[in-house]
Amino acid sequence: MTPERIGAEAVAAKGWLGAHKWLLLRRASQLSILALFLLGPLAGVWIVKGNLTFSYTLDILPLTDPYILLQTLLTGHMPEVKAFVGAAIVLVFYLLVGGRAFCAWVCPVNMVTDAAAWLRQRLGIKGGAHISRKTRYWILALTLLLAALTGTLAWELVNPVSMFHRGIIFGLGATWAVILALFLLELFVMQDGWCGRLCPVGAFYSLIGKVSLVRAAAVNRAACNDCMDCFAVCPEPQVIRPALKGVDGAGPVILAANCTNCGRCIDVCSKDVFVFGTRFGSKVDKVSPPVKSMAPVCK
Amino acid sequence: MDSEKPKKAPAASQARRQFLLESARMACGVGLLGIGIGLYAKQAKALPPLAIRPPGALAEKAFLGACVRCGMCVRDCPYDILSLATPDQPVATGTPYFVARELPCEMCVDIPCVKACPTGALDHSLTDINKSKMGLAVLVDQENCLNFLGLRCDICYRVCPVIDKAITLEQQLNARTGKHALFIPVVHSDACTGCGKCEKACPLPVAAIKVYPTELAKGEPGKHYRLGWVEQQKAGGSLVAPDVPHQYNLPEGMRYEPGKGLMPSEAPPAAPGSQPAVPKALQGGKL
Repeated sequence: MTPERIGAEAVAAKGWLGAHKWLLLRRASQLSILALFLLGPLAGVWIVKGNLTFSYTLDILPLTDPYILLQTLLTGHMPEVKAFVGAAIVLVFYLLVGGRAFCAWVCPVNMVTDAAAWLRQRLGIKGGAHISRKTRYWILALTLLLAALTGTLAWELVNPVSMFHRGIIFGLGATWAVILALFLLELFVMQDGWCGRLCPVGAFYSLIGKVSLVRAAAVNRAACNDCMDCFAVCPEPQVIRPALKGVDGAGPVILAANCTNCGRCIDVCSKDVFVFGTRFGSKVDKVSPPVKSMAPVCK
Repeated sequence: MDSEKPKKAPAASQARRQFLLESARMACGVGLLGIGIGLYAKQAKALPPLAIRPPGALAEKAFLGACVRCGMCVRDCPYDILSLATPDQPVATGTPYFVARELPCEMCVDIPCVKACPTGALDHSLTDINKSKMGLAVLVDQENCLNFLGLRCDICYRVCPVIDKAITLEQQLNARTGKHALFIPVVHSDACTGCGKCEKACPLPVAAIKVYPTELAKGEPGKHYRLGWVEQQKAGGSLVAPDVPHQYNLPEGMRYEPGKGLMPSEAPPAAPGSQPAVPKALQGGKL
């Protein structure tokens, strides 16, 4: 076991609360969204009806998961206008706050996989199976293909993300077994296994993340003391390096689509290297020559 | 990352080889997953007979492509009869259904479940609940149905929201007693909505009348079949040749009456004033 835990330096420098600010905000967001959905069935207060695939807030605001809407369209079915309006609102929202902000701030599976990751770290479990982080895009393509080929929402029969959220609100049934399997996969078999490598829902939202506005940025990267805590805590550590280390002259903004905007890097950094900003923040950093590979910087 | 410059071509081919290998690996692994989910999806299309879809549901296969499993219909059902299937149930995960024997559809006139559906998996063109086709009631157990036994249970008939159209009672002779009537409940598929009230109300421990998904319950006549008597009525007369009364070739003085057979063509007129043939013993007077 490592003598010092991730973020210990940050706790010493900023206090426990300061070093867990974004984590607490995220949990508050995840839990309050669940609470909003549960208020109806548990307390009879109907602010939100439905679940993450489609919901209706205060009988006025439709929200549709664009990923499931896309699958429905691929089966050859034309939904009602309300579903399209809901998907447009959700798309615009995540274009602003970051595509995979869904994963870090909304998705209930995140709490399960985070718990497994936390336990994995506390128990010092290392290694395990390794599969590429690109696998999720293959699975994403597969789910779309299945919808088109079978004419049904085949992926929704097994999708743990929608299944879990729906289960919490409408009754779990055997969903607990699926979620337990995800937890154990994450704990023993694969680090960042589900959210970081397999989940096509996250893969879909990362496509929005390619152009989304709010981004974390290593604006203060000169102060980095190479403690590596941000890499250790990040669920997608590959996204940090270009921005933090200026690889190929990259600016300080984390532009990689798979950054979930969870803010863990901000929390665990004792030097306050990271802040949230916009993707256009890279303008500030003029020292670097034109970026070669991390394409979508502003023109 | 740092490819050695002198060996550029081999490095490129190495990278290509690596890329192809990686792609093949992914395609195989993910393809296996796809086969698994695809086969599971195929099985999930078979809706179990006890699960009835809400009013206006598209045909099962189209429904499974259109329904996003949001549960809005469940929420807007004022009687809470709908539920979303969990993965351990034999209904496609997350889709809405009800079990008629537990809670049948109350057939709200404003059909809130259909209105709530954001995708049209419950067809918004359904505006008259009496036209809904959730399923079809079938009197499956004619051995135990009380009406078939000659009793006047009639409960399924009485509770039917489309009484005398969806279920009628057809009178038949009770062959067991020879003198009573059987009132046979007959379901008419053109009027039955599949709400399940009859199944719910059947007083037997296991219902003799059950609602099944229509495609399970309904037969279909051959496309070329025509019912002669219907066609005749439509045409207002015989469709083949004009009907000619049958000419019998009968012995003289006899005629033929359907159901009775041969009989004298006309009974000899009784002589006026003549006595009916009464046995001698009953004629009174002395022997």
